[in-house]
Amino acid sequence: MAESVNLHVITGEPQAARPYRFRAMERFLFGGAGMLALLGLLLQAPWQISLATLAVALIAFLQLKRSRLLAAIATGAMALVAANSLIDLVDQPEAINAGFWCLVAAAWLLAWGCVDQLSAIKTLSRSYRTVLNVLIPVLFGLWLLILWELLTRGLNVPQVLLPAPSQIGQRFMESRAILWMDFKQTFLRAVLIGYAIGCGAGFIVAILIDRSPFLQRGLLPIGNLVSALPIVGVAPIMVMWFGFDWPSKAAVVIIMTFFPMLVNTVSGLSAAQPMQHDLMKTYAASYWQSLFKLRIPEALPFIFNALKINSTLAMIGAIVAEFFGTPTLGMGFRISTEVGRMNVDMVWAEIAVAALAGSLFYGLVALLERIFTFWHPSVRS
Amino acid sequence: MNDASRVIEVNGLSLIFPTSDGDVHALQDIDLTINQGDFVSFIGPSGCGKTTLLRVIADLEQATSGSIEVNGMTPEEARLARAYGYVFQAASLYPWRTIASNVALPLEIMGLKGDEIRSRVEHNLALVDLAGFGRKYPWQLSGGMQQRASIARALAVEPDLLLMDEPFGALDEIVRDHLNEQLLKLWAKTNKTVVFVTHSIPEAVFLSNKIVVMSPRPGRIQEVIESDLPAERDLSIRETQAFLHLANRVRDGLRAGHSYDEVS
Repeated sequence: MAESVNLHVITGEPQAARPYRFRAMERFLFGGAGMLALLGLLLQAPWQISLATLAVALIAFLQLKRSRLLAAIATGAMALVAANSLIDLVDQPEAINAGFWCLVAAAWLLAWGCVDQLSAIKTLSRSYRTVLNVLIPVLFGLWLLILWELLTRGLNVPQVLLPAPSQIGQRFMESRAILWMDFKQTFLRAVLIGYAIGCGAGFIVAILIDRSPFLQRGLLPIGNLVSALPIVGVAPIMVMWFGFDWPSKAAVVIIMTFFPMLVNTVSGLSAAQPMQHDLMKTYAASYWQSLFKLRIPEALPFIFNALKINSTLAMIGAIVAEFFGTPTLGMGFRISTEVGRMNVDMVWAEIAVAALAGSLFYGLVALLERIFTFWHPSVRS
Repeated sequence: MNDASRVIEVNGLSLIFPTSDGDVHALQDIDLTINQGDFVSFIGPSGCGKTTLLRVIADLEQATSGSIEVNGMTPEEARLARAYGYVFQAASLYPWRTIASNVALPLEIMGLKGDEIRSRVEHNLALVDLAGFGRKYPWQLSGGMQQRASIARALAVEPDLLLMDEPFGALDEIVRDHLNEQLLKLWAKTNKTVVFVTHSIPEAVFLSNKIVVMSPRPGRIQEVIESDLPAERDLSIRETQAFLHLANRVRDGLRAGHSYDEVS
C-alpha cells in the first residue's frame, strides 16, 4: 500500500479515490436487513420475499458508494413491496411464525436504511432539498403506520385497545359526513372564532396596558389569574352562561388563548432597543408612529410565538370543553360518546382529524411567521 | 458674529443624574458657542460627558440648570421642528426595512409624499456612495455600509445641523479613515454644521475646525482649540508638522484635565 502511494507521488499520476468507509449505521442497517432476511428464509418465511430482501440489501450495500439516491430508491421500494406482501399474509394464522417477524424486522431495517441514505445526501440544489425534506418525514410516518398495522393484526391486539390503521381509515371513509359536521362545529366555529377573538383581545389589551401604567399594574396580575383557571372548572360555567352550542366552547378558547397573547405582546412591545426609541424621538415621531413603525414590527416574533402556542391550545380547549355538554355534535362530544360505546376506531378517526387540523393550523401560522419575520436572525439564517 | 450665525448657544449648563449611590455630575458649567458651518468635535475619555452634552443638544436628555438654545429655540422646540439629524454609535437600521426604506423612514414620519421621498432617498444614498444598494436589507451589508446608510438617513431630513455620536467607533481603522475623508467632503459640499463626538485624537484633529477638549468627574470643558489647518484636507495631512502640533495640543489639554492617564 505504502509503495503504491509513493509511486503516485513520483509519477504524478492522480491518486486513486480513497476507499469508501462505511458508517457503523450503514453496516448495521443493511447488514442487519440481510441477516434477518436470511434468518427468515431458514425459519420458513415466504422464500420469494426473503431472497429479494436479501438481494436488495446486498445491492444497496455495494451501490451506496456510488449513489446514495439509487440505494435509497432500491431499498425503499423493496421495503414497501415486502411490507405489502406481509400485510397480505398477516390475517392467515398459519403464516405468522418467527420467520414472518424476521422479515418484518428486515423490511423495517431496509426502510430505515432508505431514510438514512436520504438524510445523508448532501446537495446544494434547493428544490432537491425541498423534495427530500418532505419525503423523509413522509416515509418515516408511513413506516410507523405499517409497523402499527402489522403488529396490531399479527399479534391480534384487541380492537378496543388499539385498532389497526386500516380499520381507522375504513371508519374514517365511512363516517366522512359525521366527521365533517363535527369538524365544522368544533374547528370552524369554536376554535377559529375563539382563537381570533382571544388573540385579538390579548393584542388590544396589551396595547392598552402599554399606554397606561395603571392598567399595567392592575390588569396584568388579573390576566395571570385568568390563565391559571382550570379549564375543567371553567367549561361548565361557560355552558351555563352561553348555552350548549358552540359559543360556550369559543368562550373557553378565548379564555385559554387570551393570556399567552397578552403576555407575549407586552414583552414584545418592550423589545426595541433604547437607541431605536431615541431615533424615533429625534424624528419627533408620535406615539402611534413609533408604535406602528418600530415597536409592533419589533414585537412580531413574540406575537407569532403566542399565535403558535395558541393554535394548539385552542384545539385542546374546544375539544375538552365539549365534554361538559353540547348539542349532539362536535369532535369532543363524539370522542366522549364513542368511547362509551367501545367504538374506539371512531375515536381514533376523530383524533386523526384533530391531529391533521391542528398540524395544518400550526403550519399555516408558522408559514405566516416566516413571511412576516423574514428579517429576524432566527428565520433568515 | 451676529446672532443668526449662532446655531448652538450653551451658557452655564449643568446636568446631574440622581442615582442610588448619590448624584453624578455628568456636566458642570458648560459654556459653548457653535456657529453656522462649524465642524466641532467633542473629545475626552469615557465619562467626560461628551455624549451627554450631544444628547442635551438633541433633547434626548434635559439639563438640570443653565440655558441652551438650538437655532434660537429650546432643544425640545428644535427637535419637534426636526432641526437636526442624529447619527448614533451603531447604525440601528430596522432589519425589516430595505436600505432605501430605512432612509425613507424619517421622511414618512414627517409626512412627505411618495415622489419627494423617492428623490430624497436616491439623492442621499448617492451622497454616501450607496446608490444601487437601496433594495438590500441592512443585514446583507457590511458594518461600514450600514453606518453610511444611517448617515444618509440623517441627511435625508435635510437638517442644517448634524449631530454625530462616535459614528465610526465600531469600525476598523481602514474603513474609518475612508469614511472620515468622505464625511469631510460631504461637509465641504453641503456647508452643514456638524457636532461630532469621538475619543480618537487623530479623528478629531483631522475632521474639525474647532476641538472641544473635555475632562471627567465632573464632566466639563477643559479647552476649546481652534484648528489652523487648511479647510481642504486629505489623509496625507496627518503626516504634516501642523497636524502633529495640533494633536499634541489636544493631548496636552486632555492631560491638563487629569484625564489622560485614565484613557491610557
